[in-house]
Amino acid sequence: MLKIFKKNAFWYLALIAVIYLMGWGLKITAERMDYTWHWNRVPHYFLFTGLVDHYSSDEGVAHVDKIDDQKSKVTLEYKNGKKDVFTILSKTLLVKDGSPVTEVDKIGSEKVVSQGILVTGLITTLEISMYSAVLGMLIGILAGMGRISTNPLFKGLSTIYVEIIRGTPLLVQIFIFYFFFGTILELTRFTAGMLALAFFTGAYVAEIIRAGIQSIDPGQMEAARSLGMNYVQSMIHIIMPQALKRTLPPMAGQFISLIKDSSLVSVIAITDLTKAGREIITTSFYVFEIWTVVALMYLVLTFSLSMVVRYIERRFSVSD
Amino acid sequence: MIDIKNIEKTFIVGTHIVKAVNNVSYHVNKGDVVVVIGPSGSGKSTFLRCINQLETIDAGQILIDKTDITARRVNINKIRAEVGMVFQSFNLFPHKSVLENITLSQVKVRKRSKKEAEEKARYLLDKVGISEKANVYPSQLSGGQQQRVAIARALAMDPKIMLFDEPTSALDPEMVGEVLDVMKTLAKEGMTMVVVSHEMGFAREVGDHVIMMDEGRIIETGTPEHFFTNPVEERTKLFLSQIL
Repeated sequence: MLKIFKKNAFWYLALIAVIYLMGWGLKITAERMDYTWHWNRVPHYFLFTGLVDHYSSDEGVAHVDKIDDQKSKVTLEYKNGKKDVFTILSKTLLVKDGSPVTEVDKIGSEKVVSQGILVTGLITTLEISMYSAVLGMLIGILAGMGRISTNPLFKGLSTIYVEIIRGTPLLVQIFIFYFFFGTILELTRFTAGMLALAFFTGAYVAEIIRAGIQSIDPGQMEAARSLGMNYVQSMIHIIMPQALKRTLPPMAGQFISLIKDSSLVSVIAITDLTKAGREIITTSFYVFEIWTVVALMYLVLTFSLSMVVRYIERRFSVSD
Repeated sequence: MIDIKNIEKTFIVGTHIVKAVNNVSYHVNKGDVVVVIGPSGSGKSTFLRCINQLETIDAGQILIDKTDITARRVNINKIRAEVGMVFQSFNLFPHKSVLENITLSQVKVRKRSKKEAEEKARYLLDKVGISEKANVYPSQLSGGQQQRVAIARALAMDPKIMLFDEPTSALDPEMVGEVLDVMKTLAKEGMTMVVVSHEMGFAREVGDHVIMMDEGRIIETGTPEHFFTNPVEERTKLFLSQIL
C-alpha cells in the first residue's frame, strides 16, 4: 500500500489539492453571494426538539405534582368528570396546585422530541424504494421469461410492456399512475407512486433477466431436460440461479437507479427525501446546506446498497 | 428396445433447408451397444438427440419399449427420465456441487428422499472412481472427472438406455481412457447404449453394432469387425482411413 502511494505520491497530492480547490471555490462563491451558512440548524431537521403549548379544554381544577427539578405533572379535573394529564416544564407553568381553570386557559409548555422531517423523508424513500424493488423484481422476472417465451401471447404482452415503459419518461408514468389509475382504482398517492416505480423498474429488470437467461449455455437446459425435469423445474433449479448470479451487477445498478429515481415521486406530493428537502427550503431558505445534506443521504443509501451487492457477489462466487 | 422408423429432421439455416436426419430407420435391441460414426455434419448427433426428443422430429416414429414417444399426448419428461444422456461438453450444473448435480433430478423427478438420493450418488461416484470429489464444484474438476460425474448423474435416474454424444471429443487425450473405462464397465453390465464416437477401439471392444452416417442417412451398418475388415461403401472406407 505504502509502495503504491510512494510511486504515485505526486498524483495523490494533486488529487487532494484539486478537491481542496473545488471546496475553496465553493466557499468563495458563497461568500460573494453573501450567503450565510446555517449548518448548526441542520440537526434540527433530523431530530426535532421544541415546545408544545397545552390548554385546558373545559372548566375545572388543576392539580400540580412535581416530577423532578424541571418537569411537573398537571392533572386537570373538569366539572363534567373528564380529566386531562400533561407533563409541563416547571418554569413555563402558569397554574398553581388547586387553582381553577376555565376553558382554553394556557397551562404551560411541554418539551417534545420527535423525528425530523429529513428522517421522515428518508424512511419514506426507503419504504417506497424497497416495496417497488421487490415488486419490480417479480414483474421483471415474469416479463423477462415472457420475452424469451415462444408463446405469442406472453411474448407479445411482455414486449409491449417493456417497449412502452422504456419509451416514456418516468415522470409521465408517475402522473399517469397517480391521476389515471389512482383515480380509477382509488389508490393512495404512496401506492400509486410505488406502483409507477415498480412497473418502471420491472421493464428494465425484464431486459436484464432476458439477457441473463440467454447468456446461459443452452446445454444447461438440455442437460436438465434430459434428466426428466420439466421446463419450470429446469428454469427454477438450473437456469434462473445461474442467470440471477450473472445479472447481479446490472441488477444492482438498476436498484441504485431506483433509489435515485424515487425522488421523482415528490411531484405527486409524497414526502420523500427530496420533498422533505424542498419543504425545509421553502420555510428556511437554507438552500445550500439542505440540498447538500439530501444528496449525501441519497449517497449513503446507494453506497450501502452497492456494498451489500458486492458482499453477495463474493458469497456467490464460491462455485467459480 | 428402441424402434426408429423413417425419422426426418430438417433445419433451416439462413435460406437453406438442411435435412439433418433423412429417412432413418434402425432397431436397437436390449443390452446392445451401438456406435454411430460419420463425418461432422453427417447428422449423427441430431439422430441421437432425436431419441430423447431434445430434437423434435418432423416425420416418422420412435418407439421405446413399444411406447410411441413422438405421439402428441405422451409425457416426454417421463420418457427422458428413462433415457440418460451424456454430452460432449459435460453440461454439469456449475452452481451446484458434484453431489447436488447427481441428487437434484433424483429428488425432483424420481421423488426420492434426500438421504436416499445421496446414498445413490455416493455409490455412483464410487463406481466412476471419484468418490472423494463429492463436495467440490464442477469447475474444480478436470475434464475427464467432469464427464464421469455427468455419467454418474445420468445413471442416478436408473435409465434403461444411455445415449452418449461424443463423450470424449472435448477431453485431453490422457483423460479419454478413464471415461471410456467407465463406459466399458457399463456396456459389460448389459446397459443398452447408443454412442456417437470415433473411438474405434471402444467400438471393437464392447460394440455390438456400428452405424455409419453421411448426409443425414445411414449408409452402412454392421459389426465392428465388419468395419475393420471389409467395409463396403467407398465413403466409409475413406472416413475410416482418416480416423484410424
